[in-house]
Amino acid sequence: MATEILMPALSPTMEEGTLAKWLKKEGDAVKSGDIIAEIETDKATMEFEAVDEGILGKILIEEGTQGVAVNTPIAVLVEEGESADDVKTETAEKAPAQVASPSTKEGPDDKGQPGKSAVEAVKTPEPDRSPDYPEGTKMKTMTVREALREAMAEEMERDETVFLMGEEVGEYQGAYKISQGLLDKFGPRRVVDTPISEIGFAGIGTGAALAGLRPIVEFMTFNFAMQAIDHIINSAAKTLYMSGGQMGCPIVFRGPNGAAARVGAQHSQDYAAWYAAIPGLKVVMPYTAADAKGLMKTAIRDANPVIFLENEILYGRSFEVPDLPDFTIPFGKAAIARKGSDVTIVSFGIGMAHALEAASKLAEDGIEAEVIDLRTLRPIDYGTVIESVKKTNRCITVEEGFPVGAIGNHLSAYIMENAFDYLDAPVINCTGKDVPMPYAANLEKHALITAAEVVEAARKVTYR
Amino acid sequence: MARKPSSAKDAPANVSKDELLKYYRDMLLIRRFEEKAGQLYGMGLIGGFCHLYIGQEAVVVGLEACAKEGDKRITSYRDHGHMLACGMEARGVMAELTGREGGYSKGKGGSMHMFSREKHFYGGHGIVAAQVPLGAGLAFADKYLGNDNVTFTYFGDGAANQGQVYETYNMAELWDLPVVFVIENNQYAMGTSVKRSTKSVSLFGRGEAFGIPGEQVDGMDVLAVKAAGEKAVAHCRAGKGPYILEVMTYRYRGHSMSDPAKYRTRDEVQKMRDERDPIENVREMLLTGNHASEDELKALDKEIKDIVNDSAEFAKESPEPALEELWTDIYAENLPQGSATENA
Repeated sequence: MATEILMPALSPTMEEGTLAKWLKKEGDAVKSGDIIAEIETDKATMEFEAVDEGILGKILIEEGTQGVAVNTPIAVLVEEGESADDVKTETAEKAPAQVASPSTKEGPDDKGQPGKSAVEAVKTPEPDRSPDYPEGTKMKTMTVREALREAMAEEMERDETVFLMGEEVGEYQGAYKISQGLLDKFGPRRVVDTPISEIGFAGIGTGAALAGLRPIVEFMTFNFAMQAIDHIINSAAKTLYMSGGQMGCPIVFRGPNGAAARVGAQHSQDYAAWYAAIPGLKVVMPYTAADAKGLMKTAIRDANPVIFLENEILYGRSFEVPDLPDFTIPFGKAAIARKGSDVTIVSFGIGMAHALEAASKLAEDGIEAEVIDLRTLRPIDYGTVIESVKKTNRCITVEEGFPVGAIGNHLSAYIMENAFDYLDAPVINCTGKDVPMPYAANLEKHALITAAEVVEAARKVTYR
Repeated sequence: MARKPSSAKDAPANVSKDELLKYYRDMLLIRRFEEKAGQLYGMGLIGGFCHLYIGQEAVVVGLEACAKEGDKRITSYRDHGHMLACGMEARGVMAELTGREGGYSKGKGGSMHMFSREKHFYGGHGIVAAQVPLGAGLAFADKYLGNDNVTFTYFGDGAANQGQVYETYNMAELWDLPVVFVIENNQYAMGTSVKRSTKSVSLFGRGEAFGIPGEQVDGMDVLAVKAAGEKAVAHCRAGKGPYILEVMTYRYRGHSMSDPAKYRTRDEVQKMRDERDPIENVREMLLTGNHASEDELKALDKEIKDIVNDSAEFAKESPEPALEELWTDIYAENLPQGSATENA
């Protein structure tokens, strides 16, 4: 059966090319793999191999012809005893027209997520304002460090597939003592000391999660996770999507994030906005010990990769934690840390310390700030933010990270799109300064966000 | 460079006719499938990157002959052959190449990103060498769960120069992980020959620094690959840790579809095809050993051609994914079927 040989696409971007040279002439026998022509693409001159066997019956496009569109018949291949006129035209073998689908039904995972389309109205969901634990629950005082440890220990008790791996998590008892005692309790099978190989153990942890285990991978600090970020994003976050839903990756990447004290530029960076930008990840950044515990337990049980951003300075701070046998906090639920009516301050992680300190100072002057702790940055509880802004008509955001591409930038845009008419002042983003972290004590202090700056921003938006 | 192979034409006495026929069939399926994929790419039905496995068929077919149910495999972006060899359907692979609903990833992964939990195929990875620690992680899970499964972790001579390979070697040996590292040395990392990228005399030999045994294998000889694979798998299943196979092979086509392959001569490629073709080798063994007649092989060729043509038809007719699919599979609500936790 005579078949047409079509102008091939020989690169991802090629739409047309030049038929530079025929290497076979009419009447020549052609075997699969024979080079029949040279074709110039947008990138290079390529040899064009025959796929089928036969005789080159007729050349339809002369050599030297430029601008030959992909899929144009360039020759006819015939079998012995056939004529080129017997060609079976098969030009219909093109990709089908774009499937028309007017439906833009919301998927289950994009509640309140922006960016579905630039013009499509995003409906902010109603916030969940239920309490995290019943009123009257007995409380105990514990540090963030103890809360994290207790959460991991409880989940390791509960689920045999949960294990902890990282540098110094076992025999050393944790570089920051988060995993203290866990090796004794669970043994070396489940508390795994690794060599200093961030990309290696992040990849091994991700592979173990793809196989169905629930690893907790500790980075001594998130600064070192930059060596491993390919596995966090390309291997862990994207695989569920790329596999059409087959390969889940239930893993927690955790460790201290942001500036500690006097450790210089390479050890002092807040990665909140980096990870929050990635679909497929969930991102948690708690402030209190109760949130650290409840959110860590949720993170370990989640079927997706979770980035859990802790803070070295907060590890030793004490908070009240509900004394419950199984205390969890759902993702995507902000906390209103302080009620107020004059200005909304949105923060998370250690930024909350500055936000709350500023709110106390503002209260002395009669300005009542409502302070919202986002707690999770992906998903973000837009509902609680919008509801508060509609009440106070003013908003400032507070975070330690760099000012360009900050979480606050994103919230400002979201508020502008969804509560523009309610704003009585521009949203101000209080962030770390746009400089690498300096070592000198005085410079470091100025590089970081301070409560005084938050107070100043609040006065500016309240015109007081 | 590959050691001089023994003449592949003398079929060893311990290989049955059925085995030889299976290897021939499996290799031929990969070859014809890849030729068809190249053709569909030329027609604009497959987009983006498309890396063909033609010439390397004996590597994956020889190693799959050593696998048992439960063993896992993971590889790079040159992955079509691995999927066919572990029993994934030609239709689903081809339809993923054309970006259709009937593809293994519902059209959302493409040539480099396909998976099958059922066949324990963990991708399909587009970042050179990323699959190496991931593969060790799969093996970590099996060791953790206490079974005797082995993971085949395939990567190329190019990936062998990535740092994460050596972090992985170190931990895999430290923890005795049951992983066979298969270096498919096709002698070119895109356009850079091994000689131009390292002074190491062998790639498997680098494992010695970490205490990992290994060897070089003639990757154009499916029986040699199988024999070395059996040894490697036995080592891993016995709990002795990882093993490295450097399989000397050759890719006939360019690195990807848009590679004009000017870094090697046409003669070099032709010589490999004429003298060392892995499929021709087995074909001759079948004929000279009187295991199969020309007519039987012709019938087999036709059967393969039909499977491949059917997959191409399916891949053209399967609809593009519904637009709703844009928004699905970003987050899992629950663990997928077959995960360790659900089975626990």
